[in-house]
Amino acid sequence: MEAVTDSPAVWASHLRKRYRKRVAVDGVSFTVARGEVLGLLGPNGAGKTTVIKMMLGLVRPDAGEVMLLGRPNTDPRSRERVGYLPELFRYQPWLTAGEVLALHVRLAGVAVSDRDRRDALGLVGLADRAGDRVGGFSKGMQQRLGLAVALVARPELVVLDEPTSALDPLGRADVRDLLLSLKQRRVAVLLNSHLIGEVERVCDRVLILDRGRVAASGTLAELLGRRQLRLRLDNVPDGLLGPCERNGDRYTVAMPDDVPALVADLVKHGVRVHAVEPARATLEERLLDILRTHPEEHR
Amino acid sequence: MTVLTIATLTLREASRRRVLRSLAVLTVLLLALSAWGFSRIDAEFGGLTSGEAKVAGSTVLNLVMFGYSLIAALGTAFLAGPSLAGEVESGIALAMMTRPIRRWSVLLGKWLGLVAFGSGFVTVAGVSQFLIVHLTVGYWPPHPVTGLLLLAGQTAALLTLGLLFATAISPMASGIVAVGLFGATWIAGVVGSVGEALGNPSVAQIGVVSRMLLPTDGLWRGAMNAFQDPALLAQIGTGVEESPFLSMAPLTPAYLTWAAIWTLLVLGLAALGFHRRDL
Ligand SMILES: Nc1ncnc2c1ncn2[C@@H]1O[C@H](COP(=O)(O)OP(=O)(O)O)[C@@H](O)[C@H]1O
Ligand SMILES: [Mg+2]
Repeated sequence: MEAVTDSPAVWASHLRKRYRKRVAVDGVSFTVARGEVLGLLGPNGAGKTTVIKMMLGLVRPDAGEVMLLGRPNTDPRSRERVGYLPELFRYQPWLTAGEVLALHVRLAGVAVSDRDRRDALGLVGLADRAGDRVGGFSKGMQQRLGLAVALVARPELVVLDEPTSALDPLGRADVRDLLLSLKQRRVAVLLNSHLIGEVERVCDRVLILDRGRVAASGTLAELLGRRQLRLRLDNVPDGLLGPCERNGDRYTVAMPDDVPALVADLVKHGVRVHAVEPARATLEERLLDILRTHPEEHR
Repeated sequence: MTVLTIATLTLREASRRRVLRSLAVLTVLLLALSAWGFSRIDAEFGGLTSGEAKVAGSTVLNLVMFGYSLIAALGTAFLAGPSLAGEVESGIALAMMTRPIRRWSVLLGKWLGLVAFGSGFVTVAGVSQFLIVHLTVGYWPPHPVTGLLLLAGQTAALLTLGLLFATAISPMASGIVAVGLFGATWIAGVVGSVGEALGNPSVAQIGVVSRMLLPTDGLWRGAMNAFQDPALLAQIGTGVEESPFLSMAPLTPAYLTWAAIWTLLVLGLAALGFHRRDL
């Protein structure tokens, strides 16, 4: 049976997993469309890593089904075009970086030229360490190698579990560029990261987990709502601005269609305009908001 | 394909880890020691008839070969644990097992690599030892190939058990438990042959049962039988069968079949355990 190419990159339905008495994941369903970047957010212990591991067949779910790139994930071929950087990234310490890549290419069963392998290492800044044993690598270097491993076999779906946890600021910037280039090449990405700024910049949609359940999901626009305009003004005549939030000399209004016209209008009425800036609830604010809606359930 | 890739990887791991160096050092030590010992036998007991020298050589050869089988068993059991459970514990397995491969093929690949490693060791050490004995006391075992095959089989049986434990418990523990059981069956085998010598069937039964439960000791006895000269045994007569380093009878085909089935069963259980394991 050939895989259907217009099927989503990931289709996960009602995943459940219990570790002894603790329910780690409880009825999580989601999809990642081809070429889409999905951000997976949530506090520590929310079940993000467990969801990823069930998705990739590393952990057996108690219930639920997963299709990867059009095949059920019980079929190893569903992972032919999947790249994965685990949260716990470790590679054979007795192999060199180049050998680790060669091994993964062979296991993936795809033909990747020597040059492409070297390029993959170059992409993560390890070009000159290809011949060194992984055992001598720092944590950050191993995470970089893990990124190269995830990307080397021309994946159509890349799963990154906290890909920047051990990286220096430069490495984080590299990962952001990598994500943007994957997005450009229409590679689907599932990204679990605590760097919300990054998620907000690169993700098309976001899935927020909390205590094993989906707390919220949607596109950034859906989650963050309408854009707003923040102004700092004085000398404002009553009723001039219409519906707005006011805090001292700070005003927040719904984003008008024509900002310069609004400012011109204000000036004409004798208002002194100190500052005008577009604003939107950040993803971070939204996330905290969502996670705090059930405070009584948190200890 | 995957099986071969993993088998090669396992061999490469064995050759690059410190285990190999420790094995090599131990082996060279034992070889040197035995060369010295055998030359002493020749020098001290210059008056021995060539027949007596051969009996001595044959017995000491078995003693030394037991040393190698112990080294091989320890070495591979302590490779098998880390190479499976260790990879799961450290996280190396995570990225590997998300490749389009089946878990049993990884397990089979590891098994093949370890068996090749153990057999290679047994062959190199065994042949060197035969040459030493031949040069010093002029003794050459009657069935060297059979004996080495049985030793390789013993190593394979033990490392398979090590792999099975590695799917359930921690890397170190799996090695220790496997080696512990290996020692226990050897002792049970000795107890059993004492029972035979004393004509006590219930004590003798201990050895028989333990050889069924874990065939390492049975295979070892078969190997000993292949290394010693049957004519010499006849010459020195009865009353030696209680010696743990002499074996009166070759293995029966039925026992060999059982040992093979046992190994496959344990390997199958290990594959099942690994398949069900959360990584
Ligand atoms: N192997 C395991 N054994 C027992 N409990 C586990 C195991 N893995 C995860 N858990 C539990 O499952 C929950 C979710 O963990 P995890 O998926 O790692 O969370 P996250 O990645 O969102 O931080 C946690 O409560 C954790 O303690
Ligand atoms: Mg996690």
